[in-house]
Amino acid sequence: MTPTPSPEPKESPRSPRGTGMRLIVPLQGVVQGRGGLILGSLIPCALFYFLQFYLKRHRSPPSNPPPRSTSAANLSELPRSSSRANLLARGSTGRAHLSARASSIAKPNDSPYYIGLDRVREDPYDEIGNPDGVMQLGLSENRLSLDLIEEWLSNNLTDSVLGVRGEAMGLSGIATYQPMDGLMAFKVVMADFMTEVMGGRVSFDPSRLILTSGATPAAEILTFCLADQGNAFLVPAPYYPGFDRDIRWRTGVELIPVHCRSCDNFTLSITALEQTFNQARKRGQKVRGILISNPSNPVGNLLNRDMLYDLLDFARERNIHIISDEIFAGSTYGNEEFVSMAEIVDAEDADKDRVHIIYGLSKDFSIPGFRVGAIYSSNENVLAASRKLTRFSSVSTPTQLILSSMLSDKKFTQEYIKTNKKRIRTMFHLFVAGLKELGLECTKSSGGLYCWVDMSRLISPYNEKGELDLWDKLLNTAKINVTPGSACHCIEPGWFRFCFTTLSEREIPVVIERIHKVVESCKPPV
Amino acid sequence: MAIEQDEEVCVGLSKVAVSETHGEDSPYFAGWRAYDQNPYHELSNPSGVIQMGLAENQVSFDLIERYLEKHSQTMNTTGFRENALFQDYHGLKSFRQIVVSNILHEIKSTNINILQAMASFMEQIRGGRAKFDPDRIVITAGATAANELLTFILADPGDALLVPTPYYPGFDRDLRWRTGVKIVPVHCDSSNNFEITPQALESAYEEAKSNNVKISGLLITNPSNPLGATIQRSVLENILDFVTRKNIHLISDEIYSGSSFSPDEFVSVAEILDSRNHKESQRVHIVYSLSKDLGLPGFRVGTIYSYNDAVVTTARRMSSFTLISSQTQQLLSLMLSDGDFTENYVRVNRDRLKKRYGMIVEGLRNAGIECLSGGNAGLFCWMDLKGLLGDSPTKEGELSLWKLMLEEVKVNISPGYSCHCSEPGWFRVCFANMSEETLQVAIRRIHDFMVRRRN
Repeated sequence: MTPTPSPEPKESPRSPRGTGMRLIVPLQGVVQGRGGLILGSLIPCALFYFLQFYLKRHRSPPSNPPPRSTSAANLSELPRSSSRANLLARGSTGRAHLSARASSIAKPNDSPYYIGLDRVREDPYDEIGNPDGVMQLGLSENRLSLDLIEEWLSNNLTDSVLGVRGEAMGLSGIATYQPMDGLMAFKVVMADFMTEVMGGRVSFDPSRLILTSGATPAAEILTFCLADQGNAFLVPAPYYPGFDRDIRWRTGVELIPVHCRSCDNFTLSITALEQTFNQARKRGQKVRGILISNPSNPVGNLLNRDMLYDLLDFARERNIHIISDEIFAGSTYGNEEFVSMAEIVDAEDADKDRVHIIYGLSKDFSIPGFRVGAIYSSNENVLAASRKLTRFSSVSTPTQLILSSMLSDKKFTQEYIKTNKKRIRTMFHLFVAGLKELGLECTKSSGGLYCWVDMSRLISPYNEKGELDLWDKLLNTAKINVTPGSACHCIEPGWFRFCFTTLSEREIPVVIERIHKVVESCKPPV
Repeated sequence: MAIEQDEEVCVGLSKVAVSETHGEDSPYFAGWRAYDQNPYHELSNPSGVIQMGLAENQVSFDLIERYLEKHSQTMNTTGFRENALFQDYHGLKSFRQIVVSNILHEIKSTNINILQAMASFMEQIRGGRAKFDPDRIVITAGATAANELLTFILADPGDALLVPTPYYPGFDRDLRWRTGVKIVPVHCDSSNNFEITPQALESAYEEAKSNNVKISGLLITNPSNPLGATIQRSVLENILDFVTRKNIHLISDEIYSGSSFSPDEFVSVAEILDSRNHKESQRVHIVYSLSKDLGLPGFRVGTIYSYNDAVVTTARRMSSFTLISSQTQQLLSLMLSDGDFTENYVRVNRDRLKKRYGMIVEGLRNAGIECLSGGNAGLFCWMDLKGLLGDSPTKEGELSLWKLMLEEVKVNISPGYSCHCSEPGWFRVCFANMSEETLQVAIRRIHDFMVRRRN
């Protein structure tokens, strides 16, 4: 069956083999609801892979198990046109046509993904109210230090909403049109906070900061500025599943995974980067940049200075950009110190134009609901273009005022960062110890709100289907929601991301016990 | 406008980044810059430029201020402190859970929730003549984002939206820049008061077709910007018939719906759909925002209301790029669900805008300048200066006149050219973003200018 030309206008030139360029995230999470942002992208990816793999199995016997990356390539051969015809024929969207971009997102909610998502929402675990509910470990959200935020807010938010602690701006100050990329006063405070969080060795300049309503639009805006439709970014894999949507969806820019392996503790190898770049070039695909996460998600590695310098050299030699997503910079718990890409370019004047940093308050500061993200760049043109694009994703002024006040309370922020790190570390150790008792190992990680667990010996067969079977068991039998590696484009099956910062210490034994049951049931019969 | 980067030393940017589709080099924005450099101030800079190019509503700030001050205790404590209001909300839900929900953005199923609040506010503005289902509302960070989002959803790159001229200059950027979608203008002119005729619609549609451009939808602004007038019911009926015939979408940007001077003169497309029992409603989508009616652009609150389930679902998912903080949502939910406040606000706001409009139209008339007849809504009037352009008014003539107004009269008004008006000589003049005194100063300056001109 010849694949019909896809109606999606952003398809890259067909790549028969090699890196999984054709990954498409057709099912989007419901944005509202409990942490829908992350949740909503992981599970649909996972289940979509499960689905299409399932379909693949029923089409023809593969000659040898295809390398992971081509499972996505096979996706292009699914009869997508017929599925779209069904959508329209069903009349579910009325007769007026939706764009290709939208049609893939609007698919009816009858896939296992939605069932899983609904399960978590309908049946959320509550220690008292619903002890048999589904426990959330699939969302990298930090609840460990919310009490500190709550306390500050209730102590300091006594004044009118028009001003905090006597710094009343009056309604015209907060209600009227303000610069779309953020109030300067707030930028100053954010820049200071970033300086503090990232170790104090490099000073962030507020005039190079652009504020957005969350890191999600920050990533998209940078993508719109740095790459054209059909271009690509290299991204070390496994990577944050949300990138598939945030980077690719509306921009038409592709992501080319650079696979990292367990034998390297999933650290990026420059050799692999070079190979992937060259393969892309051979295919005629224009690579415009490298997208790194540091600390990395889902693995939790920190990129050390040498690696950052190597990346910069690599980018310089090929005249491409580096986007460094440092949203977990303040959530480190290991012994390594975090080094920001900003520190590396601080000394290298020539390369300032090619490095752009993404940050936000959702992870380090536990306030995803406030919607504060940032783009930091020294490239005037990028700043100018991004600034104009923030009109589609600005931060609400009253929010900026409250946070200006909170973040300029240095005593509070220092205390918060210190305490938060300590708590993450404690939870990490408790959790990892619990997993160890079950014979489950994680990679050595030092940052992020999660650990990367090797469950490969429990899956059967040793491939994506086996992994998704286990994921399904964990969700529906053990009732814990975790992220399977395939959703993160991990080339080795059997790895799972477990977020532990959504739990309390008391809940760890509960989780471990639930995992234990599944581990037992996976043991091969003697 | 591709930059060939391989040969260059510096690292290249995308076409979107370097494109001029953002339109910020147009006169519309150039005037703003002139104002920024030399802003009028009653005391400290009485000869500065008066900003009449920004459609912002400051006439009813006092009402909002008073409300916020009166209720700040409730607002600040709501969600951040234990509050009697919430004690039996969700049964055992503790204070911590409320705060946590707020911080973590779990605002979907709150009792006093933004969707219901927004729906009831929209109903109130339409005098209860249309009903809005909260589940069909998607909140975005401003109407700018709402319009862009709908465009992403309804049109593919290379497709086009029909937009009647003259239109809000920001559409060039909001609808086209990142989406890759085109705008095909539907020309309207003063011969019939710039009404959107079926002929004009057909003609624009056919022309697009002959150029192989696929039309995905029609976007109207009702009340119109820059005309400052509501669209008549019969015209709306024709529009609905047109989009049905062509099987395309209709986006009705009703951002000024609460700023019509008389509640009876504004007819929303929602009313017509309700009266047609929602036949063919799946192609209709309404955009709204609190930036104009409530004068709260800084809060960044926009709304998409769609009668199409797939569009609602998709918009909700796509709104991840443009969410508003839960804290802002909470604040607005409380305010918008306060029926007494909103009813009073809408009424007083309307009256004040009407008074301002009367003031400026009369002032301009005394200076020998007429505005569009039938102006009955919005934060601006559509001023006719064709008379100053001689027998054959041109776009260049209009732009020179605009420059003259900016540099000599020191008022920043928006030339019709920036609104894609096919008839040179018209200007949009905003009157709600300043005090009455400042407005009088502006009117006097224009009056003096006209007197000088005649001599």
